[in-house]
Amino acid sequence: MSIDLSQFHQVFFEESFDGLEVMEQNLLGLTPESSDPEVINTIFRAAHSIKGGSATFHFTSVAEFTHILETLLDEMRNGERAVTTPMVDLLLQSVDCLRNMLSKLQDDQLVEHADYAELEAALKKAIDNDGDHESVNQQASDLTSKEAPSTAGLESDASAQHSEDSAWLITFIPEPQILQTGNEPIRMFRELNLLGEIKVVSQILKLPTLAEMDETLCYSQWMIGLFAEVDESAIREVFEWVDDECELKLEALTEEQVNARLSGEAFTEEALSEPERANAPSPIDEKIVDKNAKASVQSTSASPSKPQSNSNTDLQVRDKSEVKDPNQANKSAPVATGGSSIRVSIDKVDSLINLVGELVITQSMLGQMGEDFNITKLERLKEGLIQLEQNTRELQESVMQIRMLPISFVFNRFPRMIRDLSSRLNKKVELEIFGENTELDKTVMEQIGDPLVHLVRNSLDHGIETPDKRAAAGKSETGKVQLNAFHQGGNIVIEIIDDGAGINRERVLNKAIERGLVSEQQELSDEDVYQLVFEPGFSTAESISDVSGRGVGMDVVKKNIQSLGGSVEVRSEPGLGSTFTIRLPLTLAILDGQLIRVGNQIYVVPLTSIVESLQIKTHEVVSITGSFDVYKLRDDHVPILRLYETFEVKPDFTDYNDTVLVVVEVGGKKVGFMVDELLAQQQVVIKSLETNFISIEGISGATILGDGKVALILDILGMLNRLNKQKSSSKGIAA
Amino acid sequence: MSELLEIENDSLPIEIEYNEDQVHENLGAEYLGFDLQGETYCVDILSVKEIRGWTEPTALPNSPKYVKGIINIRGDIVPILDIRDRYGMKHKDYNKTTVIMILNVQEEKKSRVMGIVVDAVNDVLNIKPEEIKEAPKSGHKLNDENIEGLYNNKDKVYVILSVTSLLDLADIKKHYSKQFSTEFSE
Repeated sequence: MSIDLSQFHQVFFEESFDGLEVMEQNLLGLTPESSDPEVINTIFRAAHSIKGGSATFHFTSVAEFTHILETLLDEMRNGERAVTTPMVDLLLQSVDCLRNMLSKLQDDQLVEHADYAELEAALKKAIDNDGDHESVNQQASDLTSKEAPSTAGLESDASAQHSEDSAWLITFIPEPQILQTGNEPIRMFRELNLLGEIKVVSQILKLPTLAEMDETLCYSQWMIGLFAEVDESAIREVFEWVDDECELKLEALTEEQVNARLSGEAFTEEALSEPERANAPSPIDEKIVDKNAKASVQSTSASPSKPQSNSNTDLQVRDKSEVKDPNQANKSAPVATGGSSIRVSIDKVDSLINLVGELVITQSMLGQMGEDFNITKLERLKEGLIQLEQNTRELQESVMQIRMLPISFVFNRFPRMIRDLSSRLNKKVELEIFGENTELDKTVMEQIGDPLVHLVRNSLDHGIETPDKRAAAGKSETGKVQLNAFHQGGNIVIEIIDDGAGINRERVLNKAIERGLVSEQQELSDEDVYQLVFEPGFSTAESISDVSGRGVGMDVVKKNIQSLGGSVEVRSEPGLGSTFTIRLPLTLAILDGQLIRVGNQIYVVPLTSIVESLQIKTHEVVSITGSFDVYKLRDDHVPILRLYETFEVKPDFTDYNDTVLVVVEVGGKKVGFMVDELLAQQQVVIKSLETNFISIEGISGATILGDGKVALILDILGMLNRLNKQKSSSKGIAA
Repeated sequence: MSELLEIENDSLPIEIEYNEDQVHENLGAEYLGFDLQGETYCVDILSVKEIRGWTEPTALPNSPKYVKGIINIRGDIVPILDIRDRYGMKHKDYNKTTVIMILNVQEEKKSRVMGIVVDAVNDVLNIKPEEIKEAPKSGHKLNDENIEGLYNNKDKVYVILSVTSLLDLADIKKHYSKQFSTEFSE
């Protein structure tokens, strides 16, 4: 067994997280009224794959926990247990818990038993209660207080006598066709022998006469005595692969009892002894075949070994990480930091292959033409080049498509969030999602999640009113939050619309005046007032709840969105609700840029941030406090940044008359860059400086121009920060 | 590869002694030698990705003088450092033997590609671990942490440099943070 399983861990985690997502999605659709068996089945299957995977990779804690979950789901699936809201809540909590555990494992951290003990107990209790709704209800709502009695109850009956048991009696009844699947019982016995001394007794009662015998079938069954103190799960692991093809019964007994039972059965076949590796990794897998024996098996299997096996679990996880360590030291690269991956639909890949095929054809056509080229073929050459250009552009677009994912990846978390939040806030809220198939870049997606969560929370907390308030206002008691995504130009637009109370203009304004953000005399449009909510430290919530109201957040939301090159706006109608509109670039990998030249250096300015470019005259520039210059652009005063000074390059011109002023805007602030010349506008591919170097303030990356040279891409926000620092430093001097 | 073998050599001395001749044939690691200010240096050849002639890189704003800028190597943005400038040797104008050595350095999580400017490359050396002599402590800037050892080859002494410390970015990070903080406090 020298296969390094850790190479598959990344895949396992990804699949498991996907599985959890599926479980959550389906659980949310599960209500007592509409419990579609197919939905439960889907949940069950997801749980089952997680269990299987985690057992394979020896993530025992996850496997154990999922197993309990699975038992519960199985009963629901078989209709033995009714679907109740508390039960769904409990299952949702379990999904959260599993997600935590998996994240921990992914980060190479230890999963403590305490992490899931509470839920484990609650789930077990739920299983034992067998459809007793009320107690399940209690557990779901009151986990903590319930924990102590429930675990105590589990242990009390059996633990006392079983703790002295040092042997196992295993009844192994394989189905006749077990040999056909390549499973050889003797191998399993050898495996068992590694756990401790074993004694195997074969029962051949079912053996037919020689004439009737089919040599591909297995007719015997066995009783095995295992004289070692091992985990039940360790034994089950041995039989893991034949799980579905046998009846397996494990009984923890004393040595004498086992011997008595065995000798009572038939003749002994072999007794081997070699107690060596007692502590094998132990995923747990129980599929109880005998329905009648269920209760008894459960009490023997679950309770006596549990306390022991739990402590073992922790130990094993620790063991594993220790084993891994030297490995890591050698490679000097932790396993968990394997690059993230995306799933690409086969259609996209197919279209890519098609395009590459066409590209090859065009290339060979051009190649052929180049071999004996004369001027008469000029027209065809031009055509060929046009085709090449087209191929290239299509190829570029398709490759970009691969990074694009539907926004449902982000939206999917909201139904759950709304469900939890609305019950916590005692509000009735309905969520509507539109355009969840709108695609955007994976990187953008990863970074937009948190701001969106914040905005939705905000809508729920501040926007939607309580049912009685809504009723008083003549609205339906159930509030509505709408998430809407669509493409517009080269942007993706995400709207968060609520039909709540709207933003109270007066309150915002008063608060802003109180905080000194605006002065009382200032005339502000509604727009300006609403933008104030994005100011740092601004919250109008009367009481600070744990949902929102601390006044940190909205400014962070705005900053995050801006750092993605996007913008956020608010519109609001008092009494009717508010709309937050987020605009984001579709991708971060490509940018429309304006090339500018300063001296011998070429820089790229993102086209989206350019307001205008113009030639200016020296007399239009005013110097302020002698430290920085301002250009009067219509009603605005635009501070001028001499790029050659900031970047320490030798310019062609230092006089305003000869230069071009590129006015850029970010976050409502304008600044003018003084450059020597404007060059072409073109799409540029953004390359990170950080990959091989470090990041530099004011530079968002680099790109490669048509001639193979590298040009730096300016980060306008960073440049503004620089300017602010310069300003504050000059102010410092003035003061 | 070479490192692995060295480690084996340390931990299993007896086995090595048994077939000394054979093993030593294979044990020597290859190094690429180069000139700097009339001195000869070398680095582990496995970290050298390629050697290319001098091309003017795109300057990085406000960088330390020894950061010459960035160049494009098949779509990768690669920074170029001048070793002479970095370690306070006399600056020399670039000529036709001036080359950029593109080096690969393994860091904690990822590998990084950077280029260094050297006067010329000279030879590929096969150096056995026991031939590497410890360098005396110098106090010079290009000093103890950068030098892995010395190697005598006929009349020349090669200084074996550590690629990791050669391409260390700590100085540059410090340079930038200092620059911005002074800009701020001025």
